[in-house]
Amino acid sequence: MFKQSYAVVALAVGFAPALQAEDLNALIWCDHADAELLRPFEEAHGVRVNVKEYEGTAAGLTLLEQSRPGDWDVMVIDAVDVGRAVERGLLAPLPEGTAPLDSYFPEVQLKDHVTVDGTVYAAVEKFGYNTIAYNKAAVDPADMGSLDALWSGKYDGRIAIYDYYLPVLGLVGLQAGVDTSDLDAAALEGLRTPLMSLKSASKQVSDVVGSQTALATGEVDILIGGGEWLTAVLNAENPDLDWTIPEEGGLLWAQSLAIVEGTEKPELAAEFVKYVLSPEGQARLATSSCYWGMPANKAAGDVLSDEQKAVLRWDDQAEYLKRAQLYPVPDGDTDAAMQDLWTDMLQN
Amino acid sequence: MTIERREKRQGAALVAPALLWTLVFFAVPFAGMAIMSLAHLEGREIVQGFDLGNYLRIFTDPSFRRGIFVSLEITLTVTVISVLLAWPLAWIIATRVPERWRRMALLIAVLPFWTSYVVRSYSWALVLGEKGVVNNALIGLGLLSEPIQIMATRAATVTGFVHFFVMLLTLTIYSNLIQLSPNYARAAMDLGASRWQVIRLVILPLTLPGVMTGAFLTFVLCIGDYITPQILGGNNELSLPQLIMMQLGRRGDYPMASALSVVLMAIVTLAYAASARWLKMERL
Repeated sequence: MFKQSYAVVALAVGFAPALQAEDLNALIWCDHADAELLRPFEEAHGVRVNVKEYEGTAAGLTLLEQSRPGDWDVMVIDAVDVGRAVERGLLAPLPEGTAPLDSYFPEVQLKDHVTVDGTVYAAVEKFGYNTIAYNKAAVDPADMGSLDALWSGKYDGRIAIYDYYLPVLGLVGLQAGVDTSDLDAAALEGLRTPLMSLKSASKQVSDVVGSQTALATGEVDILIGGGEWLTAVLNAENPDLDWTIPEEGGLLWAQSLAIVEGTEKPELAAEFVKYVLSPEGQARLATSSCYWGMPANKAAGDVLSDEQKAVLRWDDQAEYLKRAQLYPVPDGDTDAAMQDLWTDMLQN
Repeated sequence: MTIERREKRQGAALVAPALLWTLVFFAVPFAGMAIMSLAHLEGREIVQGFDLGNYLRIFTDPSFRRGIFVSLEITLTVTVISVLLAWPLAWIIATRVPERWRRMALLIAVLPFWTSYVVRSYSWALVLGEKGVVNNALIGLGLLSEPIQIMATRAATVTGFVHFFVMLLTLTIYSNLIQLSPNYARAAMDLGASRWQVIRLVILPLTLPGVMTGAFLTFVLCIGDYITPQILGGNNELSLPQLIMMQLGRRGDYPMASALSVVLMAIVTLAYAASARWLKMERL
């Protein structure tokens, strides 16, 4: 009964994708909505790629569960959440050889996360860091070498917090000496005080657009949780917007692409994944108009310009990858505790 | 078939589409939401049942409770300020602006309606920012030595809301004002009332239906709005719609989001009950 009634509601509010035979329906993050990325694939295969953006793995998985099998063909998903989707039977195995792993940055293959019981379900396509983004004309870049600067009082009222609990709690943990892999319910309680102090020192907690606007307009000078994905698109307008990975480390985000279970176009879906993972697709995805990020496939370096690689800090990746830790991967209860703590922080 | 029966059937036939619409697009989804609010989340799985735990938590957890108060405080502030600004504006347009210019005056008053809600909110973000028009003007006039924080505060949220709802209220009050016969004011003045007494004792009470209707619409639209507090409030406090979105987006806690939505509906219903005696929509 619930599924039926929600299916009616979903149809009413336009959740259901267009259902034309020549279409590929993709549940995506905003970087995949860039026409520069999609057009070459559409022209090469004579198809249209319909995209629907979603925010947050929970919302994406709910959308899939409320849809009929075959409604969606491919999905972008946080690499650390692939297991959650597989557990619910929402992803199809990725055909062998779809991802050119030989030319990948080895650290971002994340085999442990995209493989379940020996079967590969997704391929990492893009990665980057949640760390410190800042305006180097307004703050001392040397200070940004350590997360401690954000708690020092020197930049009170000049800080914005990126509104996503996982990376920011990870960074607060790193400042407190807790690795992301050790971030369980017990460790979480120890982060309450530093998190509340950070909130007191900050001016706002904002989403991607709000954070970009705040940095671009000089409303704030530092964004904790930010990185190249946020400053790169603003680089042409304001080269002073920069980012760094402090000595305590940063968080590695990695998004992956998967084929949705029940797709009626598995070959076309696999072709789309192959295209996005190709050097050309990777270069276009890396410099998408919504946000930039490092391509997982190193071969994209042959397609990207020197200027684009400089903005992405291509040559520093080996060092950055050494210092970055993966997102926390909480179980259901720890995840709920993290979000409760985050809500408390926002509300107080 | 008697004429009376035929008329009843015709009346029912005319009402049926509206009833069906309400049933399909309001009653059924609302019932689904109410049932969902009684389920709960175990880990990441939704477990159906009859559990009042979500409601209990809304009224005992300080963060949720504060969300209700934040929403009510913002909504009441916006409603009162909007009424105080809109009534004189509507009165001036209805009585002081020459008739041939009234349409133009109304057009100018509602001009901001033509822009997208999101664009309008982001425009306010630029106006209220540290380097925005307001701070620059105050510094230029020598009233401030350095910029103050307006953006990412409740004041910014209230400003964004008031800008929008003054337009709405101006329309509802204006439509009420122009229906009043000028003879009421003339009669009062003949009996010795001053201009201020005419406004206070005659015009104002007669426009109460328009004021209350506009105020109620303002209350309903404001308390359920997510965009303005999200963009202008800087997430420094969360209103009920923001808490609802939070449950839906990252948490996937549909039962809690449904329970919060039911509470929001209950608040709106109470507001309606409190103002029902003055609400006369047909006068608009």
